[in-house]
Amino acid sequence: MAEEGASKAGIVPSDRTAIGIMFSNSNSSIAYTVDDKAEVIANEDGDRQIPTILSYMDGDEYYGQQAKNFLVRNPKNTVAYFREFLGKDFKSIDPTHNHASAHPEEANGTVSFTITDKEGEDAAPSTLSVQEIATRYLRRLVTSASEYIGKKVTSAVITVPTNFNEKQKAALIAAAAGAELEVLQLVPEPVAALLAYDARPEVEVSDRMVVVADLGGTRSDVAVISTRSGMYTVLATTHDYEFTGTALDKVLMDHFAKEFMKRNAGIDPRQNPKSLAKLKLEAESTKKALSIGANASFSVESLAEGIDFASTLNRLRYETIARPVFAGINRLVESVVKKAGLDILDIDEVILSGGTAHTPRIAANMQSIFPRTTAILAPSTTPTAINPSELQARGAALQASLIQEYEAEDIDQSTHAAVTTVPHIANAIGVVLVSESAETFIPIVPGETAVPARRMVHVKTPKDGGDVLVKIVEANTHIKVTKPEPKAKTNGKASKSATVEDADETEDEDDSDLSDDEEEEDEEKRERMWKIGTTLAEAALRGVKKGSTVEVTINVNADLSMTMTTREVGAKGGVRVNVPAP
Amino acid sequence: MASAKTTELVLPSLPEGWSAEKDFKVLDKISSTIQRTIEPVGPHFLAHARRARHKRTFSEDDRIQAQERAKKVEEDNDSDISEPEDLMMLQRDAKDWKSQDHYKVLGLSKYRYKATEEQIKRAHRKKVLKHHPDKKAAAGRSEDDNFFKCIQKATEVLLDPVKRRQFDSVDEAAEVEPPTKKQLAKGNYYKLWGSVFKAEARFSKNHPVPHLGDEKSTREEVENFYNFWYNFDSWRSFEYLDEDVPDDNENRDQKRHMERKNANSRKKKKAEDNARLRKLLDDCSAGDERIKKFRQEANAAKNKKRLEKEAAEKKAAEEAKAKKEAEEKAAKEAEEKAKTDREASKKAKEAAKNAVKKNKRVLRGSVKDANYFVSGDASAATIDAVLNDVDLVQAKIDADEIAALAGKLNGLKIADEIKGVWTEEVQRLVAAGKLKDGEVKALA
Repeated sequence: MAEEGASKAGIVPSDRTAIGIMFSNSNSSIAYTVDDKAEVIANEDGDRQIPTILSYMDGDEYYGQQAKNFLVRNPKNTVAYFREFLGKDFKSIDPTHNHASAHPEEANGTVSFTITDKEGEDAAPSTLSVQEIATRYLRRLVTSASEYIGKKVTSAVITVPTNFNEKQKAALIAAAAGAELEVLQLVPEPVAALLAYDARPEVEVSDRMVVVADLGGTRSDVAVISTRSGMYTVLATTHDYEFTGTALDKVLMDHFAKEFMKRNAGIDPRQNPKSLAKLKLEAESTKKALSIGANASFSVESLAEGIDFASTLNRLRYETIARPVFAGINRLVESVVKKAGLDILDIDEVILSGGTAHTPRIAANMQSIFPRTTAILAPSTTPTAINPSELQARGAALQASLIQEYEAEDIDQSTHAAVTTVPHIANAIGVVLVSESAETFIPIVPGETAVPARRMVHVKTPKDGGDVLVKIVEANTHIKVTKPEPKAKTNGKASKSATVEDADETEDEDDSDLSDDEEEEDEEKRERMWKIGTTLAEAALRGVKKGSTVEVTINVNADLSMTMTTREVGAKGGVRVNVPAP
Repeated sequence: MASAKTTELVLPSLPEGWSAEKDFKVLDKISSTIQRTIEPVGPHFLAHARRARHKRTFSEDDRIQAQERAKKVEEDNDSDISEPEDLMMLQRDAKDWKSQDHYKVLGLSKYRYKATEEQIKRAHRKKVLKHHPDKKAAAGRSEDDNFFKCIQKATEVLLDPVKRRQFDSVDEAAEVEPPTKKQLAKGNYYKLWGSVFKAEARFSKNHPVPHLGDEKSTREEVENFYNFWYNFDSWRSFEYLDEDVPDDNENRDQKRHMERKNANSRKKKKAEDNARLRKLLDDCSAGDERIKKFRQEANAAKNKKRLEKEAAEKKAAEEAKAKKEAEEKAAKEAEEKAKTDREASKKAKEAAKNAVKKNKRVLRGSVKDANYFVSGDASAATIDAVLNDVDLVQAKIDADEIAALAGKLNGLKIADEIKGVWTEEVQRLVAAGKLKDGEVKALA
């Protein structure tokens, strides 16, 4: 992010008004943080999801929903789905989505669009580079934000996909500079979504493994992120351009087009560009309606050859015809977990973000893929979920409010690789506890935690008190697969495993097994088990009182040396152990 | 940070026979790590970056952060206003509020026009707490609330933007006297005058107000400064010094008279103030070394140009003169040369003519010597024919050939030889096509 420095000399932190921008292929959003609360700003038209489309009509510039409506009447001078082209060669772009709007072309070595953006019958069309288009679009976003806030917006944090390369980032920063917008930082989209959830005041900082599925209009990106006391490390990402919102639109378009053909002697509305555009617009709104209600209507006036068309669709039917897309998204999520070297059982939380994440079926599918203990944060599964379309913009706005008071140089230094690249411990470090006779591992510092790290736990002592042993060990997880035997035996096994496994978790497992369908009855039972590895240190606490708790603090330093301190809560003294660096 | 978790399981009891020095053993080291990139996002990352960049540990950072937070609160307290109160001031009568220094009453005399509204409010509160009449009464002193009224009046004036400007306009304590010559001789010219204009700048309607700068300021900056100040737009007004206008219920004429008087006096004071500012500027610019320097530089530049121009002119004139002279000389020389040439050619021509004449005489003489190629007396016709032929030949050949021919003929006495020479010559001429065959008869 070294380019940032060049573009923004001169803005004093105190003069900044910083917003968060989600600049995406299909829709963009702008958000502003007031009193530590990020709010997504509605533009002049009242839209919070502003279609990333620019359109020119008689020399006037339109953007957002207005421009989107021009896709039907004025596709040649309407530019859509251009974010993806920023900083790319003409050879490497995928123009599929632009067939119904201005077509990208190669000019001066960049991707460009030729549109008539001036008034007059015989105005010469101008060739605009994709960067210029992005500048114009961002300028409109900034103008709306400035009007809403009442102050000139000077700076922004913009979200980008995780696979945006340096050239694309530079192009985006240059485009923003063209719109007189200082880019404070570019934040990966999944991290922004996660930040939006973590910034809620009621959330406690914890160590979690999170899957962020960003399901957008033209692309789906899934990332596995380890959240370790509020620090995020992306472990794996995957990108897909097929199982997306437009694929769902396509399913609906095909469905309604067939229905129309059935009723109207085989007139195919997909043959005529204008009809196709109308079909697509209505399919999209039907899709959105189906995410909210169980039924949705589809009606277009003069769909093709002057014939009006109206129909309805219920959610069940929709989910049936769109099953291939949903299945694809499932596979995508499963594959990325595997890519991260993890198991489904390792995931503590799934965040669905992006417009397509409103679809209830996708959230339901996630529930069935992941164990019961995994929280699925989507509107249909969690009532308190944040609107998935707004997550990224909110995250960006929060980040903007956090860093706007810093000098550009400070931000640059803090985001430098020297600061961000740190060792992560591979194995969890924890303490060994006993219940009855079996040993159990309790993680204090989980695996994939960036060092330096500091964690503390409170553990119980035997009922009678006395001398206790604090044994610090490394451990990693493995998945224990229990083959289903005849029923009586299963119970026996389960009870055996329950002795070693955390009681709550086992119960949940059982519940989910019971609730699953009959066909899954003979499915094997999978559990996440800790395997205790090497012992790092042992310490003795003598004369612990009855019923007291012991506090164990582990401090892993940057050089991987470790300090463990343990003491009885409320008592003085304690033991301090230094484990030298390897 | 590290949130405490409580678990259901318990710590194992110390096994029999476990013992270690100081009750702990270090058995192994942390095994493997993976280098990964953390996302530079979120409040916890900021904390991490702060620790990493300042190389602090968790506990150090916690302590420093706590200190910083604590310091902020302290600063707020520190900035509170505490100035010793003058006994004379405490005994002021609230009726004379016009002559009181409101800033001093509130203990803000070091801030004056720079005091923020927040500061004024806080100062007021502090003073009220101290000087409230009820407190005085409780302390057993007289119920003298005069100073309390002064405080109230001062706050009333200073918290009203209009009244505050009126007071600031005539706040003499905020004024900085222009430096005297003595001071200037000792101190830094720009610093001394700069503080005058800094104080004066408080009346400006336009901001930012340019500073006087220092000896290194560019010409543009200096010009900008003087331009700004000579066109100074001031909000200073003198209502505050108005004489009290009687109430409505008194004599109306008297009231109007007073109003007119006040308006006139304001105008006059304003004019005086403008004149004062002008004089300040004149004084300042008169002693401003930079202006002199710039003028000299400009003059030098101008002079340089002029000198250059003059030099160029002079040079051009010289060159022109030299050129003219050279031309004249050349013309003269050419003329002389032409003259001598003419003379020489004239002479040569004459000589040639003479030679030709002489040669011709030789030719004619030769035929005469040869007795016109006849023996005995030649008849007149023969002589004529021979002489005609000689003339003809002479006319056909040029001076050199005549000379050559004359050379050949010279000295010859024998008629045959002469004849031979002539015949040869005629033949040569015929061969050369100068004479037609048979044209020359007598000599052939």
